[in-house]
Amino acid sequence: MTALLSVREVTLAFGPNTIQHDLSFDVRRGSIFAIMGGSGCGKSTMLKAMIGLLRPATGSILVDTEDYWAAPEARRTAIGRRFGVLFQSGALWSALTVGENVALPLRMFTGLNDTDIRRLVRLKLGLVGMENAVDRLPAELSGGMRKRAGLARALALDPDVLFLDEPSAGLDPITSSRLDDLILNLRDGLGATIVMVSHELPSLFAIADDGVFLDAETKTAIAQGSPSHLRDHGGDPRVTAFMRRERPAPRTPAQQDRP
Amino acid sequence: MKPPPGTEFPPTWHIDGDALTLRGDWLAQAGGTAAFPDDALAGVTRSLSLDMAGVGRWDSGLVAFLWDAKRSAAAAGIGFDTAGLPGSVRKLLGLLPDRTEPSPAAASRGFHPLTRFGGWIIGMLAETGILAVLLVAVSSGGVRAAAGRARMRGVDLLADVRDAGPGALIIVSVVNFLVGAILAFVGAVQLRKFAADMYVADLVAIALVREMAAVMTAIVMAGRTGGAYAARIATMQGNEEIDALTVVGIPVADYIVLPAILSLVFTMPLLYLYGCMVGMLGGFVVSIAMLSVTGAGYLHETLGAVPLNQFAFGFVKSIAFAMLIGVSSCRIGLKAGRSSADVGSAATSAVVTGIVGVIAVDAIFAVIAQVLNL
Ligand SMILES: Nc1ncnc2c1ncn2[C@@H]1O[C@H](COP(=O)(O)OP(=O)(O)OP(=O)(O)O)[C@@H](O)[C@H]1O
Ligand SMILES: [Mg+2]
Repeated sequence: MTALLSVREVTLAFGPNTIQHDLSFDVRRGSIFAIMGGSGCGKSTMLKAMIGLLRPATGSILVDTEDYWAAPEARRTAIGRRFGVLFQSGALWSALTVGENVALPLRMFTGLNDTDIRRLVRLKLGLVGMENAVDRLPAELSGGMRKRAGLARALALDPDVLFLDEPSAGLDPITSSRLDDLILNLRDGLGATIVMVSHELPSLFAIADDGVFLDAETKTAIAQGSPSHLRDHGGDPRVTAFMRRERPAPRTPAQQDRP
Repeated sequence: MKPPPGTEFPPTWHIDGDALTLRGDWLAQAGGTAAFPDDALAGVTRSLSLDMAGVGRWDSGLVAFLWDAKRSAAAAGIGFDTAGLPGSVRKLLGLLPDRTEPSPAAASRGFHPLTRFGGWIIGMLAETGILAVLLVAVSSGGVRAAAGRARMRGVDLLADVRDAGPGALIIVSVVNFLVGAILAFVGAVQLRKFAADMYVADLVAIALVREMAAVMTAIVMAGRTGGAYAARIATMQGNEEIDALTVVGIPVADYIVLPAILSLVFTMPLLYLYGCMVGMLGGFVVSIAMLSVTGAGYLHETLGAVPLNQFAFGFVKSIAFAMLIGVSSCRIGLKAGRSSADVGSAATSAVVTGIVGVIAVDAIFAVIAQVLNL
């Protein structure tokens, strides 16, 4: 298996604030890769750098050995066409119905006729269990429905790589496990590679086969490997504690003395 | 998964007895999908079996077709045997329901003039009521503010005042200077015929103080500040920020509407006075350049032209315009829908309402002035 995405020595920063530094990891083709870590440690920011919304302060991100951020704008757009993204808050286009949200990328980037587009839109919505909401507006959906509609939109162009920011947050356990199934099937069936940010431990253990753990304090990756491996042989106590839903051991007095 | 061009096998399918056989590449974006006709299952007796051994590459185009087949089979009461499919296709199909409800037809939008008219009237009445409630809430908020107990933050008021006052100075200057200059031009052409050059100063001063400075400033502010307030509040509506305020128990009238109105009420009268001065400067420049008028003479004539109560009249008018723009733009923002298009139409509607309203209110003031002999 070759690496589809390689993150090399990447430092992420907003102005003078460094969020994460010296991140290096590979996402293998066909894997389900989890970006893990506590709230606010920079997972969404890492995702933003990978999908082309935030230029890393230093380092490079390789897509199929091509340096994404060194490429000219037009090339970046072409690479980005292979990506499907589900944003943390759904980010549906509020003026369009759910169906139009899914149809817009198809209309813009394929030459399909209206009938075919309608069938594909229904299929994508059917996959996430929303085929009856084609004509609803995003404002009329529940939070979980917005998530699923956003996923359907991410699937619109049959992407090579799916980036999912907290896909199962806000879903009931049954829908959530259905979504796990869907993600697995998309990977197996359509051969998509999936990069996901998630806190849902059951779904991480169920589907992710590789991952990286970001730490907010040291501002870098402190562990790599599949979630279940990290839980059982994580090495770093902060990681195993997170994976087992325990609170980390109290700090030693020596640590507390530090400013 | 993009196929290299020139290596495509068109997707084909046929039904032979109870078997549906598919061949070729089923890639949706290359047009590799087909509709499943309703009558295709006519010859199938018990159960449809599937064979896709001849299929090359596939993506959702294939799944869309198979889902259609699955639904047709379910509708016809025929079994759908997925044993011949690869596991991944079978799993994707498993996620899709057997039947879907047809999406409800859009409600018929016939033309019912009476219903429309009735709805319009009811809407107007409701709107009047809502406006009255809002005004009462804002007034009581204002009273509380005067007592120092309003749930309004001083910083918000200051920010709004800064934006509506100093922030608007340049555009108010430009507009009023040009209006003054234009008045002087028009007046000069006519008055020169009667050798009454000096009266250009009177004309410019009276027109500005009584009408133009207040109206032009109000129109500028309706476009600039009214539109901004409506867009801001409509965006808050879309982000559920207004809902959050309501739940926490912070009155929207105090927190958002009051600072918006107060900032306009504080700044517009001052902008009006400032506009008068700049407009007269415009008239002065044109007159000196075009007419046989001395600077001192022009100034003297101007000072004699407008009694002070005219300024007071314009001042009051400005306050009325400010309240009109503030209330209408906030109300339009609060009633906006939750999509991005709604924000745009709220801003447009606030600007249009503001401008039309200012001119209508100005006409009312003109009648009042006539009656009162001001
Ligand atoms: N646009 C921005 N400007 C400045 N700082 C930002 C911006 N976006 C995020 N941050 C900061 O970057 C850090 C990481 O944010 P990020 O959204 O990546 O966290 P996260 O790991 O996704 O958290 P969560 O699990 O809560 O979604 C936070 O400290 C946040 O305050
Ligand atoms: Mg996040």
